[in-house]
Amino acid sequence: MAYDYSKYLRAGKIPHIWCPGCGYGIIMKSMIRAIDGLGWDKNEVVMTSGIGCASRLPGYIDANTLHTTHGRSLAFATGVKVANPKLKVIAMGGDGDMTAIGGNHFIHACRRNIDITCFVFNNYIYGMTGGQYSPTTPKGSRATTAPYGNSDNQFDIAQLAMGAGATFVARTTTYHAVPMEKLMKQALEHKGFSVVEIIAGCPTGYGRKNKLASPAGMIEWQKDHSVAIAQWEKMSDEEKAGKFPIGVLHEVNKPEYVEAYDANVGLS
Amino acid sequence: MAKKVKFLQGNEAVCEGALYAGCTFYAGYPITPSTEVAEVLAARLPKIGGRFIQMEDELAAMAATLGGSIAGKKSLTATSGPGMSLKMENLGYGYLTEVPCVIVNVMRGGPSTGLPTGPGQSDVMQARWGTHGDHPCIALTPSTVQEQLNETVRAFNLAEKYRMPVILLTDEIIGHMREAVEIPEPGDLPVIDRKRPTCDPKDYLPYKPEADGVAPMADFGSGYRYHITGLNHLPDGFPSNDGKLAQADEIRQQKKVDDNYDEIVVVDEMMCDDAEILIFAFGSTARSAKEAVQMARAEGIKVGLLRPLTIWPFPDKHLAKYAGKVKRVIVPEMNLGQTALEVERVMKGQPAVEGIFQIDSEPINPVTILNKIKGGK
Repeated sequence: MAYDYSKYLRAGKIPHIWCPGCGYGIIMKSMIRAIDGLGWDKNEVVMTSGIGCASRLPGYIDANTLHTTHGRSLAFATGVKVANPKLKVIAMGGDGDMTAIGGNHFIHACRRNIDITCFVFNNYIYGMTGGQYSPTTPKGSRATTAPYGNSDNQFDIAQLAMGAGATFVARTTTYHAVPMEKLMKQALEHKGFSVVEIIAGCPTGYGRKNKLASPAGMIEWQKDHSVAIAQWEKMSDEEKAGKFPIGVLHEVNKPEYVEAYDANVGLS
Repeated sequence: MAKKVKFLQGNEAVCEGALYAGCTFYAGYPITPSTEVAEVLAARLPKIGGRFIQMEDELAAMAATLGGSIAGKKSLTATSGPGMSLKMENLGYGYLTEVPCVIVNVMRGGPSTGLPTGPGQSDVMQARWGTHGDHPCIALTPSTVQEQLNETVRAFNLAEKYRMPVILLTDEIIGHMREAVEIPEPGDLPVIDRKRPTCDPKDYLPYKPEADGVAPMADFGSGYRYHITGLNHLPDGFPSNDGKLAQADEIRQQKKVDDNYDEIVVVDEMMCDDAEILIFAFGSTARSAKEAVQMARAEGIKVGLLRPLTIWPFPDKHLAKYAGKVKRVIVPEMNLGQTALEVERVMKGQPAVEGIFQIDSEPINPVTILNKIKGGK
């Protein structure tokens, strides 16, 4: 029997704003199945987001949802979590939201290892404003603000998270909808700061400018360029060129921020 | 029974006021001359079951303060000029989403990094208009260390009652000076908590105002699942592009303050009844003005002091009583004439406003004000 998403969606808020062919609907459905699979009480789930296409997701979910300012999803989420650590806090945003304007909040949330799950939707572009280059837009790719091709170097979001101290880091793509659900579950259950980078297609903002306008073609691209981490570790540098690893890339246990604070100041 | 008296620094008194009001969450970022507020609360909050967090920047500090309040805790942050500029983005979010909290701005000198260790009063217009868009504003201006405590309690009460951020607009002199302060016992000062919904969660509309113009606010996690957005929104909390509805909602928010002027605006009027000359001064400058008035009165000059403890909304009604009645009005302030323009607006040239504007990082000397009183036309 087909999975029934309706108990987690707010009545009357669908259709969503995303373009035909956008990968974000796949992410939302995987997220719902992950949360449902853990049996979490909706009253305890808080979802925060910043500004952009990805950040519209919480508005569709029947939970405590906070659509904040551009890049500040994690800063608001941190306030919520520290004020009430019983809440299960999920922060999300796009590549521009989380790693450009929100980059400072992102690295410091990683450093603190606060028990928040962070989903970064990486479609390599600022979609909502119509296709400007972001910190993850590949070098040479076209964007409305890169009419001659993008000159910038790129952030690797997963590596950025690991370098900054996140204790669970995973990457997946919208091609991998079922494994994505499993990775999300692991991230949600992880005690500490967890990051899942999700590669998604933006046919409208990115694809059109880069001769990848077919949504199915963009998903094919994800399939062809992603490599499971176990396989990735056996590959030579030549074989790795142009590809990226997916799966759980990093997992360690360290004291969680609020628990460590409480123990330190005599609250627990 | 004798009151408990403590010898406190102004910034410490803010902390006493916050704790009295029930504050259990502080998110901040270090900046002179407000840092003592963070330092004291970092030590004190855990002792009452609260938490303190030093964020990565001022934007995050404002965001986390709002997040703490949304999770149901009375929340505070403190800063000074450059930090206040950075807080403006999320302060605007707090206004549009109607999240109660208190922001302390210990004003220092100059634009940009300016004169970090000296006093200033140049953020009056920033407090009112610093964030983009139209919004209501409440800003309080204490003049004594005792008032730092009492006005912080009042700031929390107004924030909770009207469901909005409230600014305590103080300055380096009062923030760093020490005076004897009576510590109120429980019950001495009112403490107001926000209205929370009691309806069935499925009927809850987070932005549907009651008769007083304020909607009850549910804590995240309390069973009332709802949506908060910085987009203009409908009573159910969800965004709408309907400009007419957005306009009506913003006017409703402004009216929360405008319709409650008598409760929000507090003004200390000293020797104003028979005054021919009126001084309008707030914050630490009002201390010098008080001294100048006493010196002038000793010489038989009929001068009075109108000292607002609420600078926003501007004390129009209190001030307008003296339009056409006093012969002169003098506005000393540590800026280049920000409140003087407002006084001029209210007095409508009856009489013209005379300013003493000083931005040299020094307090305005009482003798400077006395000389203006005596040397005037």
